[in-house]
Amino acid sequence: MHFNLSDEQKLIRNAVDKFIRNDYSFDARKKVLALENGFSPEHWRQFADMGWLGIPFSEDQGGLGGGVVDIVQVMEAFGTGMVLEPYLSAIVLAGGLIARGGSAAQQEALLPALIGGEKLLAVAYTERESRFNPADVQTRAEKSGDGYLISGEKAVVLGAPTADALIVSARTGGGRLDTQGISLFLVDSKAPGVEITGYRTMDGGCAGNVRLNKVQVGADALIGGEGAGFALLDEAVDHATVAACADALGAMQSAMRKTVEYLKTRKQFGVPIGSFQALQHRAVDLFTAVEACRSMVLMASLKVTDKDPVARRMAVSAAKQFVGEKARLVAQQAVQMHGGIGMTEELDIGHYFRRLTMFCAQFGTTDYHLKRYADLMAAAA
Amino acid sequence: MNIDFSPEELAFQQEVRSWFAENLPAELKRKTELGIMLSKDELVVWQRILNAQGWLVTGWPKEYGGPDWTPTQRYIFDMERARANAPIGLSMGIIMLGPVLMAYGTQEQKDYYLPRIRNCEDWWCQGYSEPGAGSDLASLKTMAVSDGDDYIVNGSKIWTTYGHWANRIFCLVRTSTEGKKQEGISFLLIDMDTPGLEVRPIVSIDGEHHLNETFFTDVRVPKKNLVGKEGQGWTVAKYLLTHERTTIAGVADSKVHMANLKRMARENGANGEPLMNDPSLRQKLAKAEINLLALEYTNLRTLAATAAGKAPGPESSLLKLDGTAVQQQLSELGVELSGQYAWPWKADDGVGPDEFAATTMRYAFTRAATIYGGSDEVQKNVIAKMVLGLNFK
Repeated sequence: MHFNLSDEQKLIRNAVDKFIRNDYSFDARKKVLALENGFSPEHWRQFADMGWLGIPFSEDQGGLGGGVVDIVQVMEAFGTGMVLEPYLSAIVLAGGLIARGGSAAQQEALLPALIGGEKLLAVAYTERESRFNPADVQTRAEKSGDGYLISGEKAVVLGAPTADALIVSARTGGGRLDTQGISLFLVDSKAPGVEITGYRTMDGGCAGNVRLNKVQVGADALIGGEGAGFALLDEAVDHATVAACADALGAMQSAMRKTVEYLKTRKQFGVPIGSFQALQHRAVDLFTAVEACRSMVLMASLKVTDKDPVARRMAVSAAKQFVGEKARLVAQQAVQMHGGIGMTEELDIGHYFRRLTMFCAQFGTTDYHLKRYADLMAAAA
Repeated sequence: MNIDFSPEELAFQQEVRSWFAENLPAELKRKTELGIMLSKDELVVWQRILNAQGWLVTGWPKEYGGPDWTPTQRYIFDMERARANAPIGLSMGIIMLGPVLMAYGTQEQKDYYLPRIRNCEDWWCQGYSEPGAGSDLASLKTMAVSDGDDYIVNGSKIWTTYGHWANRIFCLVRTSTEGKKQEGISFLLIDMDTPGLEVRPIVSIDGEHHLNETFFTDVRVPKKNLVGKEGQGWTVAKYLLTHERTTIAGVADSKVHMANLKRMARENGANGEPLMNDPSLRQKLAKAEINLLALEYTNLRTLAATAAGKAPGPESSLLKLDGTAVQQQLSELGVELSGQYAWPWKADDGVGPDEFAATTMRYAFTRAATIYGGSDEVQKNVIAKMVLGLNFK
């Protein structure tokens, strides 16, 4: 048994770390924040040139043939710099879904452009009252000629405003919460009947509500089998959840380090505030939280590829529940220990706070994943 | 022992309730309920409506234009104010400076400033903290040097809440560097338009401009603006801390926030059921309500002592600690209930349900509650030393 990174994985990590250090300082990030949708086309091109957009894809698909561990390295480094560009939604979630479930023709049509940085994708699966359950789908797709007519509404779709095409979950059968009867379709963002209302999110990224009004797609837009989209979607969301945990780990690590640094330098009553035991113990709580989360991210990155969906789901929910709980603690205490200055936009701590707050509800809250884990645990016994 | 209000107090409660129902502008009610920040104009208009009724300076004695209420009446009023979703007065003049002037001000200062506070002609802000003097406030360095009939003030203040709305600031300044650092501090009133005074905005993590940094460069202040004696500033500032304890816990507003959260949980659905049917969310709401109940009864104990003319007991020391803990717990639940609708940041109306639109901003801003007005850590130090006698050295 060993938990060491391979040489290739170390190279990728070092390269992303270097990018964060040189090109994504807090001040540089402010400039990206001010851009439309918090997206820098220049950075995206850089990601493509470095090969990072191709990490999750096989060499046959034109990618680097990396695995979850590689993606986790990129995401953790992105988390330290709070990278705003939609790597998670476009590459890990949408790209990963196409790579695992798309037909040869779909992969050929989409992946080279995605890996090359020319096209962006997003997965539109959440609805107004679906909350975190990907099986809660009311959007409908009716047979129409050779293809389908899709109608419905998707809510708070991450990366929707910058996406060229959307992967939309829609019902071709079954009732509202059934896992059977969900189909996935590739829909051009500019197709007639598609209306995207975009907005910024609390972490500085972008999301949008997507209205689909009798959107006509061909039979070739169907990803995976008709009515069999749930397994594919569920797996893609699980993979993205692990990547999000890695991003949160990076953000927690940075917030923790900066807080410890502040305790060493900020003086009150003539001494560094880090000399107060009450604060020392709390700093230790943050440190142990970060290290325990690192273990959970490692665990989930190894088990998310398990062929048994129950084992996969339990591992992912365990990680998300645990990291979510600790992320909230670190975010809140990093602000508290900074005092007033931690409450300002001028300091990065407040931005880590918002990034981690958003993560807490991303792909399901701690409650959602505790229940998901508990239900699977009970059923397994 | 009983916790019932007297028939007179119940009649008073009815009177206040009806008045709010008839006089609170609908737009203010909506914004307060949703946790949306109000403008200065909106607050001033509302405070003038209250003042016309004689209900603005509720804590002031009759001779200064207060309604001469008992502590219980003030408590009832605050409960009804919150219940109506009416904004809490943010004016530092009413809550903080007024009582200080009554206790330490000269007749001239009282005659001039108190009516102007009551009539909302002046908006006061507070100049206490400095970049190097937060929890360790007594180490403040802003200097006031005597020059004939004036002081010349140099230095800077930070976290000046609504300083950009204010026309006056009350400050703690250093008039002496001799002896104990607390003894060289004085309490000074300064006009914001005095040459050499500059206000720069600080944007908070809710993305809003509440706070400022205030810079003083050779600001000339007449000595008649000194409150109390020179070197008495620390005593004057501490007087405020012992003044009003019954609303510091924020019970009234937390009760309304709790009620609003329960309504959100009933009226919004997930996966075909109301959020309230989700066992874990429901238990979290229940736990918050239980914590709030404990806080409410601690607050009532303090109120009962105050109403009987006695000094509040040691229980009053936890009002700020537990009160802000409840506020933070409730704001966190607001985000939790919002689900993915917590993510849109300052988006246009209609992106999601209205009641979820500001929950994240409220959560972010409420993190300040355990930092301002004496952080949690400072509160605990004080209780350890003063209440538990854990005072060594």
